[in-house]
Amino acid sequence: MWDRNQMAARAALELQDGWYVNLGIGIPTLVSNYIPEGVEVTLQSENGMLGMGPFPIEGEEDPDLINAGKQTITELPQTAYFDSAQSFGMIRGGKIAMAILGAMEVAENGDLANWMIPGKLVKGMGGAMDLVAGVGRVVVVMDHTNKHGESKVLKECTLPLTGKAVVDRIISNLGVLDVVEGGLKIVELADGVTEEEMRAATQATLV
Amino acid sequence: MKKVYGSAAEALDGLLFDGMFIASGGFGLCGLPELLLQAIKDAGTKDLTFASNNAGVDDFGIGILLQTKQVKKMISSYVGENAEFMRQYLSGELELEFNPQGTLAERLRSGGCGIPGFFTKTGVGTVIADGKEHKDFPTGPNGEDETYILETGLFADLAVVKAWKADATGNLVFRKTARNFNPPAAMSGKICVVEVEEIVPTGSLDPDHIHLPGIYVHRIIQGDHEKRIEQRTVRSA
Repeated sequence: MWDRNQMAARAALELQDGWYVNLGIGIPTLVSNYIPEGVEVTLQSENGMLGMGPFPIEGEEDPDLINAGKQTITELPQTAYFDSAQSFGMIRGGKIAMAILGAMEVAENGDLANWMIPGKLVKGMGGAMDLVAGVGRVVVVMDHTNKHGESKVLKECTLPLTGKAVVDRIISNLGVLDVVEGGLKIVELADGVTEEEMRAATQATLV
Repeated sequence: MKKVYGSAAEALDGLLFDGMFIASGGFGLCGLPELLLQAIKDAGTKDLTFASNNAGVDDFGIGILLQTKQVKKMISSYVGENAEFMRQYLSGELELEFNPQGTLAERLRSGGCGIPGFFTKTGVGTVIADGKEHKDFPTGPNGEDETYILETGLFADLAVVKAWKADATGNLVFRKTARNFNPPAAMSGKICVVEVEEIVPTGSLDPDHIHLPGIYVHRIIQGDHEKRIEQRTVRSA
């Protein structure tokens, strides 16, 4: 089984040289620690920045420089700033090659739910719906099961959707699955995980 | 025409009325028109509808107008981090219209560009699409149809905006990610009032480096900003 960092490292292998990508909050943020040697990617922050740098060193925090999670960050030599309308113009316009996002549930047809649980406090979808509708490729990184041991990889999502048939690939602690015709296909198993274990933890159809 | 005013209260004089619709810039607490929001609180204007990506925190940004119950409705994409907001929403005192972030930004921009509606793929197949007009366009990779929904432009009575620098004619320069929703909010307003950290002599801004031209800006004030940080994150040196 992969831990958070191993999942992030595996997700980093999805990055291709020259790509502009958007990383969601949580495990996806860790992906930036594992960008392979020789691969140059530019990170987009949907609040209006391309070329997102690491957290600042203490004392250099700038209230005018934050990421989409409202954390203080830094700029890089290639950084460019723009307004929110242009930011989502490049997202909606298909200029961002890939988004790596977390999820509460993914269905075998690529439906994604990651923004609300009915009856619980609803904080809002932020930019997630725009990202999954607009970027070239959507990769989900998440634990395969919830804290009750129930599968998060389902035949159909039970939670309100963020996007319909939008997910291309799932990277979980158990391995890598692709959304294909008729269901999900096992691309890779995590270290020490058997196909039986993957099947047992997956409610969706595996083809 | 004089655009520079002495204080936030002066700059808003004669512009506020109960039940009005205000577009506000800012993302989280970054690039917030904090002085203008404080002046709206002091003016006591009620039943306000705000288009703003977030609702501030309890004691900063739009949060201060929630405490005084001056807000009737929020149009936002993300309202976490605000306990008073949640309390008023769950008790039915406050209306909330969730918009995907990019849809909200484009609704503001479109309104300011005289575009009353546009089609987007964002939200198709989700609750956001419920009750909205659907239309197919042949935009797929091989010319196949894809489904879009109709979203409407926002035409605000007033825009309140924070910029870094302005000249006396209202040409604006923003700083880093504090630009965010400020330009689209400014464009959406029939009247736009801007607070800046510095008003510089007209002619000192490079005309090629102006982010929003003064045509969108009606009144300007200069003031001291708290510029609060929401999530201070650092790495070891």
